[in-house]
Amino acid sequence: MNIFHTHRMTNLEYIVEVRQVKKSFKEVKAVKGVTLSIRPGEYLALLGPNGAGKTTLVEMIEGIQHPDEGEIFIAGKQWKNHQQELHQMIGLSLQETRFMDKLTAYETMRLFASFYKLNSVRVDEVFKLIGLEEKKKAYVDNLSGGQRQRLALGIALLNKPKILLLDEPTTGLDPNARREIWNILLDLKKEKNTSLVLTSHYMEEAEYLCDRIVIMDQGSILAEGTLQEILTLGGGHRSLDELFISLTGRHLYE
Amino acid sequence: MNKITNHQLYRLIAAHFAEIIREPSVIFWGVVFPILMAWGLGIAFTQKGGIQAKLAIVKMVSESDTVRKTKLTDFLIANAVKKDSTYSIDLKNEKLGNAKVTFFETSWSNAFTLLKKGKVSVIIEDKPASSKYYFDPANAEAKVAYQLASGLSELGPVFYAANQSGVEPLTLKGTRYVDFLIPGLLAMGIMMACCWGISYTIIDRRSKKLLRRMVATPMKKSNFLLALITARFTMNVAESLLLFIFAWLYFGTGVQGSWPALMLIFIAGNIAFSGISILISSYTANTEVGNGIINAIVTPMMVVSGVFFSYHNFPDWTIPVIQYLPLTMITDSFRSIFNEGAGLMDVWKEAFVLTTVGTVSFVIGMKIFRWY
Repeated sequence: MNIFHTHRMTNLEYIVEVRQVKKSFKEVKAVKGVTLSIRPGEYLALLGPNGAGKTTLVEMIEGIQHPDEGEIFIAGKQWKNHQQELHQMIGLSLQETRFMDKLTAYETMRLFASFYKLNSVRVDEVFKLIGLEEKKKAYVDNLSGGQRQRLALGIALLNKPKILLLDEPTTGLDPNARREIWNILLDLKKEKNTSLVLTSHYMEEAEYLCDRIVIMDQGSILAEGTLQEILTLGGGHRSLDELFISLTGRHLYE
Repeated sequence: MNKITNHQLYRLIAAHFAEIIREPSVIFWGVVFPILMAWGLGIAFTQKGGIQAKLAIVKMVSESDTVRKTKLTDFLIANAVKKDSTYSIDLKNEKLGNAKVTFFETSWSNAFTLLKKGKVSVIIEDKPASSKYYFDPANAEAKVAYQLASGLSELGPVFYAANQSGVEPLTLKGTRYVDFLIPGLLAMGIMMACCWGISYTIIDRRSKKLLRRMVATPMKKSNFLLALITARFTMNVAESLLLFIFAWLYFGTGVQGSWPALMLIFIAGNIAFSGISILISSYTANTEVGNGIINAIVTPMMVVSGVFFSYHNFPDWTIPVIQYLPLTMITDSFRSIFNEGAGLMDVWKEAFVLTTVGTVSFVIGMKIFRWY
């Protein structure tokens, strides 16, 4: 294992490697032996119904949860011994995080920038990137849902992360606000410095943004590949939902 | 790059502080409310007008019946100011303080209503042969009213105006109720500010997943808590100072003991309750549960620790327990410094115990602390 590990560090074919990872909460098996690799610069979508284990998997990659079994390598490193380095390398946005209501967008960004030892120059850059410059002085309380999500995305991008993990970044947003987030992510993709792991409820989001799609259900991976590869699985389907029905007998999103 | 304003500790303190002062209700409950409470209670229990005795008279004879007048009726007709069916007498006495005795002439049933509402404390059944006084002997106010009324009707105004040569009025600083109250309110302020300001903030942030988001960055966890405690402590200093200045200007409350001792207990008290706050907020992510936990800690101490009245009214066996509650230790120490002239040597033990309580709570709290 050790030789393998060293090999991976020099080569870095994969920025994230998840190997046979399992995680249970009391009696519930949230993730049942998942193996997954992500290349540098690759955009990957995790799709699946509620309770499929997407969030748990993402949180294990984020270092917030720890696997019961299996291993996770990020740039060849594990959370156990490299917390500080890995925190510097990843950017994330959790489901339903609420920032402090009575801080302005700018103050919130400055606060998180200080954790990465970044100054106001980078903060201004990020505000430009997320197109929220005119809302700098607004209290978080007074931002719309879309603006809050862009703020959360901006915070995730502060440290120019190698890996960006977004847990349902556009859930509950109107189509315009959703497209604004997509455009920011597409601009980022052109720079080819950042890998993205995105969990989503929207097929078109996965299709529009991601190179590869992973469909999860009940803690396991059901299908994996480009959209075309997945749809041709088992004889050709017109949509992911149709594929999901043929695999499980249930709708992807109910 | 090395500017202090880029440092995470600076940013965290600034963020916590901004959150406190931008919430108008925080300013109200932290600053205005304690001052209102001091003012209200200080006025209510510092009787500048002297004794106020109120009694109901149920007459068994008519006023025009000159033959069968009673002693009390005689006295009232000769000395009282009559308005409608109310007789009032103002009694002046330099040593005992002035007193005002008011008699409401009414029917039996109405007299009982007045008694139940607390508008009178004694009912007099006025009969030619002898007057009967009805009152609750456990009620000190009623006893004074009885003594006054019966004494006056027997001896006339002389009863209260007589020169009490054996009485020497105490006008010492630190013996009024307000002198008892202010140190208690200052101590309670520390407890409330820490338990709500620190505990509730942590639980709320946990429930909003903000703690989880923050520890997914290179932020030092200790800096987060240090900043929260620092911001809260700064606010506590300001709130306590404002309350003290109000009491000093309005009631003339002063510190007879040592200022360094006062500061020592203030700091130790803040350490104690900061630690306790971290401990009680270390686990739950539910703000409703958090509310319950904080109330369960705060309310009993508010009642038994002698903030508003002496805890020596509680049964003897409870006293040793009460005396070692953190709030009691702060209250007692503050009082001895304010009113009894205590110095550093008198309060160092309490300071030590409070600091230890805070530190131990903090360490245990950190061991079980859930960031997500």
